[in-house]
Amino acid sequence: MITGILIVLPLLFSLLLFSLRDEKLIKQVALTGAVAEFLVSVYGLFLYSTQCHCQLLLNIGWIETLHVSLNFRVDGISFPLVLLTTFLTPLIILSSMDHPYRKPSAFYGLILLMEMAFIGVFSAYDGLVFYIFWELALIPAYFICAVWGGNDRIRITFKFLIYTFTGSLFMLVALIYLYFRTPAPHSFEIIALYAAHLSPAEQNWIFLSFFLAFAIKIPIFPFHTWQPDTYTESPAGGTMLLAGIMLKMGTYGLIRFLLPICPLALKEWGWLAMILAVTGIIYASIIALRQNDMKRLVAYSSIAHMGLIAAGIFALTSKGLEGAVIQMVSHGINITGLFIVISLIEKRTGTREISKISGLATKAPWLALFFMIILLGNIGLPLTNGFVGEFLLLFGIFEYNHWIAAVAGLTIILGAVYMLWMYQRTMLGQPLEGNDTAGDITLKEAIPFIPIVIMILWIGIFPGFFLKLAEPAVQTILNLMH
Amino acid sequence: MSTIISLSVLGVLILVEGLLGKKTWHLPTILVGLLVALALTLSGWNLNTHYYNEMLIVDNASVAFSAILIFTTFLIFMFAGHYYKSVQRPLDDIYAILIFALVGSVMMTSFGNLIILFLGIETLSIALYVLAGSHKEAITSNEATLKYFLMGSFLSGFLLFGIALIYGVSGSLNLDEISRYTVREAAHLSPMFRAGLFLLIIGLAFKIAIVPFHFWAPDVYEGTPTLLTAFMATVVKIASIVALFRLFNHGFSAIRETWETTLWILAVLTILVGNLTGIYQPNLKRMLAYSSISHSGYMMLAVLAFSARTADALLLYAAAYSVATVTAFGILILVRGAKGNDFFTSFEGLAKKNPVEAICLTIALLSLTGIPPLAGFMAKYYLFTTALEKGYLWLVILAVLGSAISVGYYFKPIVSMYLRNGDGIKLEAGFAYKTHIIFLTVLTVVLGLLPSVLINLL
Repeated sequence: MITGILIVLPLLFSLLLFSLRDEKLIKQVALTGAVAEFLVSVYGLFLYSTQCHCQLLLNIGWIETLHVSLNFRVDGISFPLVLLTTFLTPLIILSSMDHPYRKPSAFYGLILLMEMAFIGVFSAYDGLVFYIFWELALIPAYFICAVWGGNDRIRITFKFLIYTFTGSLFMLVALIYLYFRTPAPHSFEIIALYAAHLSPAEQNWIFLSFFLAFAIKIPIFPFHTWQPDTYTESPAGGTMLLAGIMLKMGTYGLIRFLLPICPLALKEWGWLAMILAVTGIIYASIIALRQNDMKRLVAYSSIAHMGLIAAGIFALTSKGLEGAVIQMVSHGINITGLFIVISLIEKRTGTREISKISGLATKAPWLALFFMIILLGNIGLPLTNGFVGEFLLLFGIFEYNHWIAAVAGLTIILGAVYMLWMYQRTMLGQPLEGNDTAGDITLKEAIPFIPIVIMILWIGIFPGFFLKLAEPAVQTILNLMH
Repeated sequence: MSTIISLSVLGVLILVEGLLGKKTWHLPTILVGLLVALALTLSGWNLNTHYYNEMLIVDNASVAFSAILIFTTFLIFMFAGHYYKSVQRPLDDIYAILIFALVGSVMMTSFGNLIILFLGIETLSIALYVLAGSHKEAITSNEATLKYFLMGSFLSGFLLFGIALIYGVSGSLNLDEISRYTVREAAHLSPMFRAGLFLLIIGLAFKIAIVPFHFWAPDVYEGTPTLLTAFMATVVKIASIVALFRLFNHGFSAIRETWETTLWILAVLTILVGNLTGIYQPNLKRMLAYSSISHSGYMMLAVLAFSARTADALLLYAAAYSVATVTAFGILILVRGAKGNDFFTSFEGLAKKNPVEAICLTIALLSLTGIPPLAGFMAKYYLFTTALEKGYLWLVILAVLGSAISVGYYFKPIVSMYLRNGDGIKLEAGFAYKTHIIFLTVLTVVLGLLPSVLINLL
């Protein structure tokens, strides 16, 4: 029931938004919708952790001939991501409100439509329904980035569209193929997909199709080329939605589908996926060191961090998977925070180029403070959320292979280097001409930071709650692999 | 049977109205007449009878497909008032011929005899030759009709020759008889029969515009008046595919191995060539021509993967494709009316002043691309499922690849409308026209959300 509300609520608000004209009202309605959604999800969490899980199931027959049903269910892996979605969406809306986007009704309507699709992806318990929401998320994402993006947006968003659409089409073929391998009567239910009988050769092909779809979304090297451009050209809110939530669809898919469905293929080809993920970490980190555009720098840092998450998943250990779940949430929060900071800096100085910004801390101490906390979370300082996730991930990778863990561990060092360097160059030193008029953040601008900082510290200091949420589900997935 | 009679009477009625000079009566008569014909068609549901020594067969499949064809024609006629608004001369001939073409296409969905198939195809084709040239003043229209007529009549010869060979070998034109013959002689099939089979494939492939017999289609589509192009791209296409479907799966199913590979290759070629060439088209009308070619490639999957569910899959696909294509043509007519052409540059900045039309065209194109949860996705998904069930893995993978390529052109008008700046003219769409487009869009969404309405029918 709750799951149903979680999916329908943003859709209703989105439709409502499309019909509104008054800009102020639109923003209020959008925010109300997102906050209401968050409250419902918190209530769901309350039910989930105190009572039975039955409130969070939803199963409505849909296409009976094919045994497809609107089947939703949240477990310890999907719930953190559902919460992440409902937590970030209001913040993203809040931070977008200062921008005078033209056609605000469409902008906020599409954001809420995306939220619905995300929730659907994370809670679907039916392969076809998962696919439908997966694709559904792409269209609003494309339009947000393409309509409100920068100068080169047409070419770049098109690349993004083609990349992700092609990848997911192969996933569709894999899903239909799996469908015919499920025990009779065939069904798309995830349990049935897990029970599909596959020969090792078939598993390899299924692995390849799923991996392509997820690797493009995450993105794993060498499928990442759409990502930095798209982030740079997208409007701030769009980048946050992509980086904060949409990428997690890929890693979520790895855990939900790839691991339990093709364990044999993973034993055979998992090392290659691992190598690709780790290569991406190093590659993206080194490129990030050379970036002058703050948004691009964070985009490459995101490839590195997501690569680490993927590597932790391919380690196939419970530590690695738990770390992946925690880090998906942490990374989503931190990177959204970073993009909010960047958009605020851009608003003040009119540029995102690091070389043109300096000494903002003297004029905007609060901004510098929030920037620092989020940044520390992102580079994984102990007592912040990033630490918990990255520690567990590296632990998991270490259990898999010491050398790979050593290489993957470089991400923490390199991450600290490029992040702190960016901080030093933009925040510290003498203000440049043009930067000296920049004022500190207003109370309204500070509001999104407060929940973000709270979450960074909460997950960092008391990770137990989230780990406990994820643990049984992770165990289930690992048991399925044997 | 009642369908064919009622539609023929309707056509004659329009001509009589024309004689009496009652120009304003045409459209109301046609719309009501089509609804009556639709009702009569649906009354044949579950009857499972045949007429004239099994020449015409009325089973649920033929009822469903005839209904789709009539309904699509109805949807197209809803645009006719606007499209021919400024035309002064009497239109009874065009309307009547269009209805006669529909009669031909209905015959193609319910034939039980090769002669009826040929009659249907010819009734349809001859009507289309005239319709393609119905814009007498335009040189492109003249080119279209000449090209279509010369090639069409030539290829009709192939069709007839194929039928003659099959008749010569099997001794019958009746589909059931031929089927029994193939079962009996499957082991040592006469080469004459094979030759007849391939001539039939070529003839039908031309009518459907399957690669490599598709070269006429883009030119003819472009030159034909837009409203009639919509008819060609939907009704004609579906009728021909259904004819192919019936012919091969009722008549020749016992000798699958003789034609399976050929159709497989044709399907792959159609999907890949249709989609790849679609990318390079400069205007929406030609693009839709290539889109229709590639979609006939997808529909060939249903012909190949014959099982209990393929007729359902084809029905859903035909409905989804027709509705989306008719919507696209509806907007195309508006843009051509306002700008005089339909190059993608004409769509620039369209979304600003015409949000409704832009959204409707976007949804139609997304449906054609196969984006969930729209009708086009459900149809494609269902079709791919039936094909995979029969083991056509590579065919499905290539079809999926084609879908990925198709993003390259279906998004062109969308990009133009939303992302580029243009002069932002207002399209002149009346209330009824707009409502109709919205209705079509709602239909696309509803078919996607509730595909069970169609897929449990047959």
